[in-house]
Amino acid sequence: MTRFAAPRFTARPSPDDGARHRVIVVGGGLVGLTAALDLARRGIGVVVLDEDDTVSEGSRAICFAKRTLEIFDRLGLGARMREKGVQWNTGRVFHGAREVWNFDLQPEPGHAFPAFVNLQQYYAEAWLVEACEATGLVDLRWRHRVTGLEQVEDGVRLGIATPFGAVTLTADWLLACDGARSFVRESLGLPFIGQVFRDRFLIADVVMQADFPPERWFWFDPPFHPGQSVLLHRQPDDVWRIDFQLGWDADPEAEKQPERVRARVRAMLDATLGPQAAFELEWVSVYTFRCRRLERFRHGRILFLGDAAHQVSPFGARGGNGGVQDADNLGWKLAAHLRGEAPEALLDSYDAERIQAADENTLHSTRATDFITPKTPAARAYRDAALRLAADHPFARGFVNSGRLSRPCVLRDSPLSTLPAAGLPPGAPVPDAPVRRDGRPAWLLGALGDGFSVLFFGPPAQAPAGAIAVSPTEAPGALWDCEGLAAARFGASAGHVVLVRPDQHIAAHFPRHDPAALAAARRRALAA
Amino acid sequence: MSGLDDPDAVFAALIAAHAGLDEDAARRLDAMLVLLLAEAVGDTARVMAAIAEARRLI
Repeated sequence: MTRFAAPRFTARPSPDDGARHRVIVVGGGLVGLTAALDLARRGIGVVVLDEDDTVSEGSRAICFAKRTLEIFDRLGLGARMREKGVQWNTGRVFHGAREVWNFDLQPEPGHAFPAFVNLQQYYAEAWLVEACEATGLVDLRWRHRVTGLEQVEDGVRLGIATPFGAVTLTADWLLACDGARSFVRESLGLPFIGQVFRDRFLIADVVMQADFPPERWFWFDPPFHPGQSVLLHRQPDDVWRIDFQLGWDADPEAEKQPERVRARVRAMLDATLGPQAAFELEWVSVYTFRCRRLERFRHGRILFLGDAAHQVSPFGARGGNGGVQDADNLGWKLAAHLRGEAPEALLDSYDAERIQAADENTLHSTRATDFITPKTPAARAYRDAALRLAADHPFARGFVNSGRLSRPCVLRDSPLSTLPAAGLPPGAPVPDAPVRRDGRPAWLLGALGDGFSVLFFGPPAQAPAGAIAVSPTEAPGALWDCEGLAAARFGASAGHVVLVRPDQHIAAHFPRHDPAALAAARRRALAA
Repeated sequence: MSGLDDPDAVFAALIAAHAGLDEDAARRLDAMLVLLLAEAVGDTARVMAAIAEARRLI
């Protein structure tokens, strides 16, 4: 089995001390690289500053949700992630030694991507770096650490420390993707408000040959780790992620000792796979977590994305996925503004839409955390009651919350949406569907362009100019909705017209073509 | 008036169900009862109203 070898990127001196750039991204991690790649693919040059010279240490955000995979597919990395990653749809929940229920996150066929792909964050980052470099428009500057920040007229001036000396660069627009301990956020003194959870978790990445199926397994109070919870995920390269809940009183340093971790893993494997299972530790971390966010994600010419803007607990895989979806939301807006196609007001919609998404992610991850770590004796009694009932009573399984796994936010109150809607409403991400194009199987999402798209449901002869016809019958140039799933998932009848934003969310959904209404919806979607 | 035709029997059964249980087990039993009864009511608004009313009276 080939294992991942972390690349070392070459740090070079910045040749342009004092220069001004249109867009500077601070932080070359998962979110910053995604934002840079999206902008570059829209023709916008980007400078990325990263204090390190490699990819993430440890597997970190391993669960890439369907919507995130669709975004990466738009950016050219979807197939690679699906092929390398471990695809899964099923979660199992155990109480004690007994399975109390299981859930299928994608119970229907007809989607290009599964509910989730597990892939170590370092793979995603390494591939994003390659893709960024291939555009020729992303200027990756490794070992460039931002040490000072000053908001100036229509821009942001950065002091940067490098191994070759200090430089100053100015950005028209600054994307702060510098993580939970964001220097940019701290130097602006912005309050980052929320809730700390009084619990500690041990993450162990374990290398072993094991027969666990590619599923998410979650134990409440298992015999091998009594009184606490355990989560198991499979990753590529025979790496397994095991999360052990430790409780607030655990000593993080002592818990990280390899002997201690090995004993915990040993106990788990003995109880599940048998005593002969061999393993080695690849990465260990002890963490606490919190749910908090900035009051606003846009501060003049500075936009906050990912963990720099909002933090959630890990149950539900809403951190990395939320951050990638921030980048997806912002990229086209900033590009449209820089190309002179949209006013600055379009960037305020990033704030409105992604704050809604962050609050949704926080709500779900907080509820999951409160279930996993009950705060009071009453909460524990209800939690245990739900688990006890769940084994015998299907209704009670709905109460069992081991994490409500990442789903894309439906941007219900978006200022960019045109209402009323004739079917699937604006703000919803475009549902994928199997189609046939020119006699070959294809996916609806793959047929959308990089900019706005107009979908027309009906025969291509009746489609408005420039629209993609989604036809109930086979016709040249059209997407043949051969299984009827596109129309069903859109709630679209013959003649419906759907305006799709560049981030593959619906902007307007009309019952019939009206050129003036469509043009107005498009202007509205650009905040024009 | 109660909608139950024999409130005395129901009340007695609730007390009897707790016989011999320690504090924690009694609490778990009550929590299971609440969840079972919430499902039996089958109406989120009525369940929420009951929660609010119980809290109001504390």
